[in-house]
Amino acid sequence: MSDHELRVSKIRDGTVIDHVEGGQALNVLAILGIDGSEGLGVSVGMNVPSDRLGRKDLVKVEGRELSQSEVDVLSLIAPEATINIIREFEVVEKNRVTRPDRVVGVLSCPNRNCITNADEPVDTRFEVVADGVRCDYCSTVLRSDIADHIDV
Amino acid sequence: MRQDHLITATQLSRDDIEAVLDRAREVAADPEAYAGRHAGTMLALCFFEPSTRTRMSFDSAAQRLGIDTIDMGDVDSSSVSKGESLADTVRVIEGYADSIVLRHPSEGAATLAAEFVDVPVINAGDGAGQHPSQTLLDLHTIRENHGLDDLTVGIMGDLKYGRTVHSLATALTNFDARQHFISPESLRLPRSVRFDLHETGAQVREHDDLEAVLPELDVLYVTRIQKERFPDENEYHRVAGEYRIDADTLDAAPDDLTVMHPLPRVDEIAPDVDDTEHARYFEQAHNGIPVRMALLDTLLENAEADEGMEVDR
Ligand SMILES: [Zn+2]
Repeated sequence: MSDHELRVSKIRDGTVIDHVEGGQALNVLAILGIDGSEGLGVSVGMNVPSDRLGRKDLVKVEGRELSQSEVDVLSLIAPEATINIIREFEVVEKNRVTRPDRVVGVLSCPNRNCITNADEPVDTRFEVVADGVRCDYCSTVLRSDIADHIDV
Repeated sequence: MRQDHLITATQLSRDDIEAVLDRAREVAADPEAYAGRHAGTMLALCFFEPSTRTRMSFDSAAQRLGIDTIDMGDVDSSSVSKGESLADTVRVIEGYADSIVLRHPSEGAATLAAEFVDVPVINAGDGAGQHPSQTLLDLHTIRENHGLDDLTVGIMGDLKYGRTVHSLATALTNFDARQHFISPESLRLPRSVRFDLHETGAQVREHDDLEAVLPELDVLYVTRIQKERFPDENEYHRVAGEYRIDADTLDAAPDDLTVMHPLPRVDEIAPDVDDTEHARYFEQAHNGIPVRMALLDTLLENAEADEGMEVDR
C-alpha cells in the first residue's frame, strides 16, 4: 500500500500533517490544541506503512491552518513531518518542518522552581538542542516528554 | 571579559576567567591601588533569600572600590511579599543603582532580571541553579594552590541542589581538569549540568564513596547535604555520615591535597581538619574580597565603555 492510497477522507480546506513518526499523532493533536470539542473534522491514521519511515502517523484537520509556533513545536516531536495546506481539495503548499533554534512561548518549563513559572511578564524560551529542548532561564533539559509541556 | 552581566558559569570562557583572576591577584597584591576607583557609583544588594556572608562579601568588596551600597533589606518586610514581580522590582532598583547583585530562590531569576535592566547584574545564587561569583573565588583558590591545569578535582556532597557545584563543574570544563563527583545516588548531578559537561567532552566520573579516588585528588571540594532533602531523618543521618571527612580520612590523601568548602559548614568537615595542611576553606572565603572587587571592577568598566559608545553615536 502506498501513501497514495490513503486518502480515506479527502478534505476540502485545511491541513494534512504527514510523515509523523509512528505513535506521535495524538501528541500532534495536543500541540494543535485539538481535543474534538472545537468541532473541526479531524482524521488520524496511526502506524500506517510508509516508504520513508517504515511506519508513520498522519493527521488531517479540516478548516484549520497552522501557526509558525505550532509548526516549530511540531518539528520537535515529528522532525520528518510534511505539512500540506489544502484549499478546494488541492494541495496548494507542501512544506517540510525545520527545527527552529528556539521555541518561544509554547512550552511550559517542567521545573516548578523556574522563574518562568512565577508570575513574571516573560514568555518561556527554550533552546533546541540535539535531542530535546533546554530552558533559557533555568537550563532544565526536556527530552521525550516535550508533548506533556505544550502550552499553546 | 567583555560581558555586561555575570549570570551563569556557562558564559565564562577560559580567557574571561583568567582575566578576572589576574585582576584579583593584582587587587590582592596592592589593594590601595583600587581604593576609591569607582567612587560615586552605587551597588544594590538584592537578597530575596537570606545570605549574610555573600551579602557582606559583596558589600565589603564594593566599599573597598569606593562603591556605595544600598540594601533591599529582608524579604519579609519588602514589597516582594506583596506580590510584585521580580521584573518590576529590578526595573525600579535600576533607577537607584549602577549595578545589582541578586540572590533569589528561583532558578533563572538572574537571567530574567538581566533582560529587564541595562545595569550589570551579578547572580549571587538562583535557587538550585548557579552561583558564578563563588566559582570565580573557588577557581582563584585552586589556582593559587595548584594552578588550573592538569588538575584532578573531587566534588563531594549534595551535587543535585548545590548551585556552587553546578557553576564550578561547568567552569572547570575550560581547563585540563578531571572531575570526580562523589555523592549518594539521590543527590547526583542534575540533567542540565550533565548536559553542559557532556557537550564540552569533560572528563567526568561518578562515585558513591570517596575512598577510591581520594589518593588521586589535588582538590577535594566538600558541600553540605541538607536535612530537608530527605523525607526520612534516619535516612539523612545514614547518608550524611558517609560524606563527612575528618583528619583521619585525609591520611590516605596526597600531602598537597587542598580541601575546600563554600561555607557555612555544619559537620561535613570535622574541626580537626582545620589544623591540617589541607584546610583552605577560610582562605577560600577571604578570597571572595579580591575576586569580587576584580569582578565589580571589570563589569563596571565594561558598562562605562558601553555608555561611552552611546555618546559617540
Ligand atoms: Zn526553566
